[in-house]
Parts: sequence; C-alpha cells; structure tokens
Amino acid sequence: MAECVRLDSSTSSHTMDKSITLPPDEIFRNLENAKRFAIDIGGSLTKLAYYSTVQHKVAKVRSFDHNTKEAASDKLYEISVQEEVTARLHFIKFENAYIETCLDFIKDHLVNTDTKVIKATGGGAHKFKELIERKLGLNVDKEDEMTCLIKGCNFVLKNIPHEAFVYAKHADSEFRFQTTYPEIFPYLLVNIGSGVSIVKVESEDKFERIGGSSIGGGTFWGLGALLTKTKRFDELLQLASRGQHTNVDMLVKDIYGGSYGSLGLTGDLIASSFGKSATADKEFSKEDMAKSLLHMISNDIGQLACLYAKLHNLSRVYFGGFFIRGHPVTMHTITYSINFFTKGEVQALFLRHEGYLGAIGAFLKGAEEDNPNQYSWGENYAGSSGLMSVSPDMNPMQRARSGTFDMLEMDRLERQLVNLPLLQDASSYIPDTVDLTEDALAREYWLYCFEDALDGVVKRAVASQPDMPEAAERAEKFRHKYRHKLQTLRHQPFAYGSLTVRSLLDTREHCLNEFNFPDPYSKIKQRENDGALKYYQKAVKSLDELSWEERQFALVRGVLAGNVFDWGAKAVSDVLESDPEFGFEQAKRQLEERPWLIDSYDQWFERLKGPPHKCALFFVDNSGVDIILGVMPFVRELLSRGTEVVLASNSGPALNDVTNGELQILTERIAAMDSVIQAGLREDRLTLVQSGSSSPCLDLSRLDKVLANVVRERKTDLVIIEGMGRAIHTNYYAMLSCESLKMAVIKNSWLADRLGGKLFSVVFKYEVPPGKPSQNSVAGMPS
Amino acid sequence: MAFNGHQREDGAIDEDETPTKQPRSDKEKPGYLSHEPSNEASASAGRATSERRTSNSTARHRRDSVKKTRPPFPWFGMDIGGTLVKLVYFEPKDITAEEEQEEVENLKSIRRYLTSNVAYGKTGIRDVHLELQDLTLCGRTGNLHFIRFPTHDLPAFLLMGRNKHFSSLHTTLCATGGGAYKFESDFRMMADLQLHKLDELDCLIRGVLYIDSVVSSGPSECYYFENPTDPDRCVQKPYTLENPYPLLLVNIGSGVSILAVYSENNYKRVTGTSLGGGTFLGLCCLLTGCSTFEEALEMASQGESTRVDKLVRDIYGGDYERFGLPGWAVASSFGNMMSKEKRESVSKEDLARATLVTITNNIGSITRMCALNENIERVVFVGNFLRVNTLSMKLLAYAMDYWSKGQLKALFLQHEGYFGAVGALLELLHPS
Repeated sequence: MAECVRLDSSTSSHTMDKSITLPPDEIFRNLENAKRFAIDIGGSLTKLAYYSTVQHKVAKVRSFDHNTKEAASDKLYEISVQEEVTARLHFIKFENAYIETCLDFIKDHLVNTDTKVIKATGGGAHKFKELIERKLGLNVDKEDEMTCLIKGCNFVLKNIPHEAFVYAKHADSEFRFQTTYPEIFPYLLVNIGSGVSIVKVESEDKFERIGGSSIGGGTFWGLGALLTKTKRFDELLQLASRGQHTNVDMLVKDIYGGSYGSLGLTGDLIASSFGKSATADKEFSKEDMAKSLLHMISNDIGQLACLYAKLHNLSRVYFGGFFIRGHPVTMHTITYSINFFTKGEVQALFLRHEGYLGAIGAFLKGAEEDNPNQYSWGENYAGSSGLMSVSPDMNPMQRARSGTFDMLEMDRLERQLVNLPLLQDASSYIPDTVDLTEDALAREYWLYCFEDALDGVVKRAVASQPDMPEAAERAEKFRHKYRHKLQTLRHQPFAYGSLTVRSLLDTREHCLNEFNFPDPYSKIKQRENDGALKYYQKAVKSLDELSWEERQFALVRGVLAGNVFDWGAKAVSDVLESDPEFGFEQAKRQLEERPWLIDSYDQWFERLKGPPHKCALFFVDNSGVDIILGVMPFVRELLSRGTEVVLASNSGPALNDVTNGELQILTERIAAMDSVIQAGLREDRLTLVQSGSSSPCLDLSRLDKVLANVVRERKTDLVIIEGMGRAIHTNYYAMLSCESLKMAVIKNSWLADRLGGKLFSVVFKYEVPPGKPSQNSVAGMPS
Repeated sequence: MAFNGHQREDGAIDEDETPTKQPRSDKEKPGYLSHEPSNEASASAGRATSERRTSNSTARHRRDSVKKTRPPFPWFGMDIGGTLVKLVYFEPKDITAEEEQEEVENLKSIRRYLTSNVAYGKTGIRDVHLELQDLTLCGRTGNLHFIRFPTHDLPAFLLMGRNKHFSSLHTTLCATGGGAYKFESDFRMMADLQLHKLDELDCLIRGVLYIDSVVSSGPSECYYFENPTDPDRCVQKPYTLENPYPLLLVNIGSGVSILAVYSENNYKRVTGTSLGGGTFLGLCCLLTGCSTFEEALEMASQGESTRVDKLVRDIYGGDYERFGLPGWAVASSFGNMMSKEKRESVSKEDLARATLVTITNNIGSITRMCALNENIERVVFVGNFLRVNTLSMKLLAYAMDYWSKGQLKALFLQHEGYFGAVGALLELLHPS
C-alpha cells in the first residue's frame, strides 16, 4: 500500500510549540507570486509544493550603436542589469504539528488571488481537508497517491542528476550516486508505507501495481510498539540500531551447529525470525526485539521485490516510503536483503528527494496546463536543504528533528537539456574527474580552497555593483549562506549528490544569484575584452608570418597561454590583481616547455597534415585574452582549413567565462577586422551556440537541445574542450565518439601535484576513438 | 557390498533388460520395493542397473537378498529440526516365535515402550491418528509410528537412549535436519550412538513421495480445499498425486524452504523465508505470554485479526479500484497497532490471530511468486506449522486460489511434518 499512515495521535500529542515563529524569508519564499499549490500529508510529515515566479537580476550586454555613440565611450559594449522573471518550484517539508501555523503564514502572505484549488495527496489529506479549505479558502482536490508518486519519481529522475544512489554502510562514502540514465524507464518502485506497493513503471503515463505486501512500515511500527512499548517510529529504529537480533532469531547455526553447506546457507543466516522467543520463561531486550523485527521486515520486502523484479525482468529497483525515508538503518537492511536474494544482480536504489515525490506529483497534476514536463529543471543548491538535513543521527549540527524545515527548490531552465550526441556511451558518462564524496583528501583541500577564496568573491561581488549601497549587506548574506553550505558539505558531502569541484562552483553561482549578484565579473570581463581586442590584429598578423608548421604550434601555445588568464583560479587571480598588466607574452613565457605533462601534440600535428575536419565543436572558457587572442586565431585557422566551427559558450555568467551574449558582440567586432571570421559568419561556417549551462564546468549530458541539433546536422567530427573547469575538473576522462582535443593549463598547485605536474603544467590531450584512424576521419564519416 | 557386486556381474550378461519389466501391478504398488528401482533410476547409472536387477529376479531371490541387506531392528528415522524432533518408528508385526526368542531384551523394551504409550515424558507425543498399519517395508510387515518432541528435550531423549542401552543394539541411526549435525557429538558422547547424517531436503522429498504412494486406505494422504474462497462451501477433498511433477514443495517448519521438484532426484531449493512456524510461535509467546503452539493456535482461533491489521477498506473506505484491491485485503499487517487506543483495545486472541494470518499470508505470497517464476501450478504445503492448523491451510488455499485467479492449487498432506523422518528411515532400509 502506498497509503501513508494516518497521523497517530500518540505521535501528534508529543509536546511541540505550535506558536513557533518561522523565519519566513528562509522558508516560504516567494509566496507573493505563488500559485498552484499542492500538498502531500503523510503520517508525520507534510510536504507543500507551489510554483512561483522569481524576479532576479541578470546581467545583459548590449552592443553600442557605434554610428552615433562611438565618441561617447571607448567601451566595447554596454552592461546593464535587468530584472528577469524565472519560474521556480518550491517544496517544503515539515512536521504535521506545524501545519496550522504554516497555513496561517501562507494565508497572510499570499497575494495572488487567482489560485482556487489546492491539489492534495497522502493519507492525511483527508484528515486536514477541512482545515486547509477553511484557512486558505482553497478547494482541496484530492489526487490518487500512487499516480502522484510515480509522476514525482519520473520528474526527479529526469531532472536531477545524482538523484538515485546506492547505500553502502561500510564503504568510504555511504552514498554512491548513480549517473542519470538517458532512458529512465522501465523501473520498479517499491513503496514502503504502512504496507508495501510494488509498481512497475514503463513510461511517463504507463505504470501498474504488480504486487505488494501487507508486511511493511506499519508492521514494524505496530508490532514494534506492541513488543517494546515504544511509541514513535524513529525511536523504534534507534532501538533496533542498538540491538542484537541473534538473541531473538534462530540462525542456521542454531539449528545446524554451523552452516548448511550443501545449500550454501551460512551459519549466520536467519532460519527463523523470532525463533528463539518461542518460550515463556525468558526475557528479551527491547533493542534485540526491535532489531529482529527490522531484519524480518526488511528481508521480507527485499525478497518480494526481488521475486517481482525477476518475474518482470527489471534491474532498476527504487525504494521509497516512510520506512526508508532518510533512515540509514532501513536503507542498510533493505540493501543487504536485495544483495542476498539477487546475489548482487539487482541493486537497491534510493532517491535523494524521495520524501517529495507525492508533493511533486500532485503539483504536476495541477500544473498540467503549464506543461512542466516540457522544460528542463535544475536543482537550486542555494535554496535546497540537501539530503539528511533533518536526520538527527546524520547531522549532529542540527539540534532536534522537530522544527526543522527541509526544502527543495528547482529552477526552470530556459533551455531544454539533452546529451551531447557525440558521447561514446551516454549511460556511463560521468562528467566529474574526482568524486570528492569518496576522496576525503581532495574533499578537504577543495572545501578549504573555496572557503579561502570566499573573501575575494565577496569583495568582487561588492565591487561589481558600485552604484548600489546595499550591495555590501547582500554580499555578507551571500558569504554567510555559502559558508554555511560549505560547512554542511564538510559534514555531509553527499548532501547534493556526489560532491565535486563542479558542484562547489555551481553552488557558489547559485548563492551569488540568490543575493542578486548575477555577474560579479561583468566589468572585469568587459575591460579585458576591450584590451585584448586591441591586440587582435597584431596577434593574427604575427601568426600569419610564421611557416605553416610553426603556426600550428604557435596557435596551440596561444590557446594555452590565453587560458592562463583565469580569475577562477586562485594562483592566477592573485597575480592578476597585483599586476593587471600581466601580458599575453608573459603568459607564454610562463608556460611549461614541451614535453608537457600530457602531450599528444605530435599526433595532433600529424593529424593536421591530413584532410580537414568537417566540423569542430569548441567549448570556450574565459573572456579577454583567452577567447580573443587564444581561441579566435585557432578558430580562424580551422576555418581556413575548410573546417566549420561551432563555438559553444555559457548561456549565463559564471566567473569570467565568456557568455554567449558577450561572444556575439566580440565575434562581430572581430569580424569587422578579420575577413576570415567575417566570411565564416556570412557563409554560416562559423556558428555561435549556447551551451545551456551557467557553470565554469561542463556536463556533456546536460546541454542545450539546439546545440545537440547543430552538432548532429553539421556532422561534427572534432570536439575541442578548453580550460581547467571543462577539460580537467570535468571531462578529463570523457570518451567521445569522434576525435577530441582537451587543452588546459593547470593553475592550481594542489591539482598539478595530484596529476604529477606543477603549477602551469600543460594538458594537451588529443584522442581518437578506437577503431577510427585519425588520418581517415574525413568529413561525413558515419559515427 | 558383496550383494551389489554379485548383481553387477549378473547384469553384465543381460545389460539390456530394462526397468519396463519391473513389477508394477497394483498389488505390489504399496510396497516400497516395487517403487524403488524407478526412484533410483537417475541417481547413478551403475547402481540403478544393479537395483533393477533386484526387481527382475525371482520373488524367492528377492526375499533372500532382502533379508541379507535388511538392517537389524529397531528401525528409526529421525528429523531434528529447529523446534521439533520428528521420529518415525517401524514396529514389526510379523515377528516369528523364533525371532521373538532371539530378540534381545533391550529391543523388546524399546518396542513396548514406544507402542504402548502415546506420550513420553512431559513433551513427547505419538500421533496415533497418523499411524500406518500393515505396511510392508523391506519384506517385513508392521506399523509405522509417528512421534515428536521438542528439540530442547533432546538431552532427555539421549539420556533415555543411554538408560535403555540403545547403543548395544548396533543399529545405525539415520537422522536428518540441522540437529543431525548440531547434536552429532551429543549422540556420540551421551548415548554412544553414531548418527548417519542425511540431507534434509533429500529426505523430505523421498518421504513425501513414499508416504503418498503407500497410503491407500483411510483418509487420502493428499487433499485440497474445494471452494476455498467461499467459507460456507469450503470442504476438504481427497487429491491423487498421480503425476506429481513438476511441483512446488513448501516446507513450513520453524523457517520455510520452497523447493521446485521435477522428479525424485531432480529438485532445487528455490528460496526460503525466515518468517515461518517459529516466527508465529515466537511472536505469539512475546505478544500473549503463551508457551506452546497448541495454546497459540487455540487463541488464534478465537481472535479477530481485522482489529489488529489495517485493511484496504480502513484506508480507502472500500475497494481500491485503481489497483483492483478488495476492501477486505490486508493493507498493513499490525497496521492498526500504530495507534495507542487500538493497541489498548485488542485482545491477546486478536494478536495471536493476526500473527497467524500475517505469517500465513506472507508464505502464501512468496510461494505464489515462486510458482510464477518457476512456472509451476501445483503447490504442496508440508511441515509442522500446518499441524492441527486448518486455519492456515484454508488461508493458504484461499490465497493461492484468489490471487492466482484459480491458476494455482494448494495441496496438503496428512503426515505434514514427518516426511523428513520417513525419508531418513528409507535411507536406512535402502541406502541411495
């Protein structure tokens, strides 16, 4: 049964201060614009969902009209900060005891009066129907629980990378997050509420309850309460985690004296649950009985799940329901059971946002006219609490469980995101090079590194908005929030899926946006772009004077030297700040001499002697010298060779990375000076596309759909990825189905050390997929 | 064995005599011997040939050879489980005067003790109603007795064995079940007895097939419930296990083993569950303070599980039509016990009943899934959990029929828990 238990009077009666004052700006955010409410009321927790539009500042660049205003400014383009409205989904989870307080709060802050209906699901929806209708003046419209659950599950699996994880109690990191499969169906969802429902999900709209069991969370709770006189579910679990089931259970060795060898049953296996308590004259401890009960129920559910998975030939089995929700104890026993019964063939999978599935599904039901499934959504790290935020045994920083509010916020992305069609195997692609969840040393370093850099980021954020007096105050709020996130991640590295340098960077961007610092580097980027442009013609001219062979090498060195100009890297931002005149030539001198740390230049050079590529996709990195003096001449050469070029840049700002908006203007300006670039644009052989991302790193499984289409149409046969964030922190090991070039300068001594190099070591990685001799890779070769 | 060697030499002459010639008349059928050749056929080719020879020889020859290989009395088969020890004892009724004179006093005293009592000590019980009379085993005619006592009283049993100088009889004690391994040294140390240990699942299957083949009079060994979904019309009916394969054999002892049986020697353990008879009794003892299976069952028979369990209709007010779940189905076993008021209002009888229903239904659903996965339509439930437990049998019959929409048939056997012990006895008489 999916049905969550009704509110147990014994659990609701425990003293809770109902007049608690909520920190409203933290919890029910953006209520002014909220519409489309949905609520999922379970046995002890309420999950509220609403859709809201968020006004926030975005930085826009706009080309000056040079005919009229040229004299007025020597600036390249105009930067303006504009208000933009984006859609956001808010999900809040709190204890049922607070429901009235929360409803009151919502009523007081709700401005939007269009809303007439609230979608509701969960066992408690019925119980609180009257209260909700009275408080909010909305009609409660009840939705089928299972339908909501499945809808919610599909939604998170599609939209949240690292949503699913495997739980391994004794591993270095208990949570092993799964890469999102491009195809999420079919799967089995085992929902362990008071009973168990086993649902086979075949597509967005097609699912079937193929079975279930009456032995579920309610059995653990009810029977546990009878046996131990312990009323609360959580307390029962705590009892269980301290108990010894072998005092209560009859094991194989209790019957056999050892193992039952011929059947391969080990001695420690439970032969008969509670088999030892079949006596009237012995006392058993509460802990031991609770443990035995937990094993009995977990094993039973695991066994049934395996039998159903086998019968329906399904290998992906997700577990959810209040029995599982955030409880390491039950995740462990279920995992153990699944491993035992399938001998490892099926993995028990859990979901980070399992508790929200019903609310998400109910919300989606009510929002069908907005077509939320048409869009891609992204988890907002700034506004989401993260896994285990309310689990007292997991999070010692949290005082008590009651009174804590867990939140999930998802932003509607402007672009629909898909896989890069050139990935060798999309289902095994992992963007990140190092998983900091597993690598404790690396985690410690990077957490320190980001904390250390925080002062500088705050300073720059304030400096980016000189006309706004309250910027300093907002910047402090940002500092507080991001520092808190870093602290949380120190204790719970698994809070937002696998912890990576990318996720740390993205979290920082989300927090900056949260406090209306949409683009702290806008002015710096502008200044650098301006400066570099002036040097462009000279740079091109000197390249043209070189012999073909010398030029190929100089172009590569140019890209690498340009890449040294990176404010994201601490070592460089120090130099840049102390010496803004740090020049391009100086950067070249700074570069490591060949042989580089990773050096396949010779192979690349040999390849260049062969036929030109049909089309190159270039993921660019920084503004200024990097894009203008490093990348553009390289692109120019490719165009001259007869290769089409697609320049992919970020949709939104991240550090000093060049955005698509900026690159449009820059390219126009360069075209005005350079006939090759101009011809490329005119003949549509040079195309600018946006990546769909606002991250200094690159996830090739979440790229703008338009980009993917262009890549396909142009029969792209070369992918170039530039920079530390995109080619080292991510994609270092990415396998592509066409030739690829990864170029970066290591601007972090710790990372250089890790890779066996030193500061400013060069990575030049040219790869040809197996079975594809590079010399033959002529245009249009089928992939 | 000299006998086998001799036979094998014979066999070399007319190798192509086939088992089809073996006596298969109805008259011979009840005897184990007539069955054995075919039973053994697939175990080992060489031995099978020699066994076949036995049945093809003259009656005289067979009697002689049977006598030669016949083990000395007493004949026991033992199954030492986690909760109960099951003992089968063959009491020869065709003892000649000559034999009577030769019979040692110890043997006589054991025979008298076992056959003249129906209870032994405080906890040993002979299931008189299961006794099989006029059975021919190894050329001897007699009665097969079925005795059980709790495993924790095994020391008392061993003590008795020592006091009655059991070891002086030089008999082999064939034993199966986990206890055969666990208590092997106790048998040796306390009673000077050497156990011949046997695999419990081998014995179980051998025992089931044998008992089913020899029971011809009285109530049919195998039976089922007609109209299991209609309590008023639900009646026990005899069933003939003529072509039993493939069948799913579910043995419910302290724990549960589920076997897919394709022939006597071809079977596999599909799975098992730790939620079995031991769990029912263990939980009942904790929840109600009872101490015996009989007590627990008695309480269960008077209770009402729907006060303890949360039903589909408790949640949805009726059927959950979206998923075809009837309102009476249990949504959450013990689900009502999450509420304090309800915990205070239920009786011990209700709790016992709910425990019984929970365990039984769970065995039912695991069995049903195994039957689907293995593609088997016939299920035979055995094991002592079903002893005097019509409630569970009817529930199983109901669950199999209802959830499979009539596809699955639940079958039961009169000698529920004794098949392992019977299998052990057969091993004594006809080593495989």
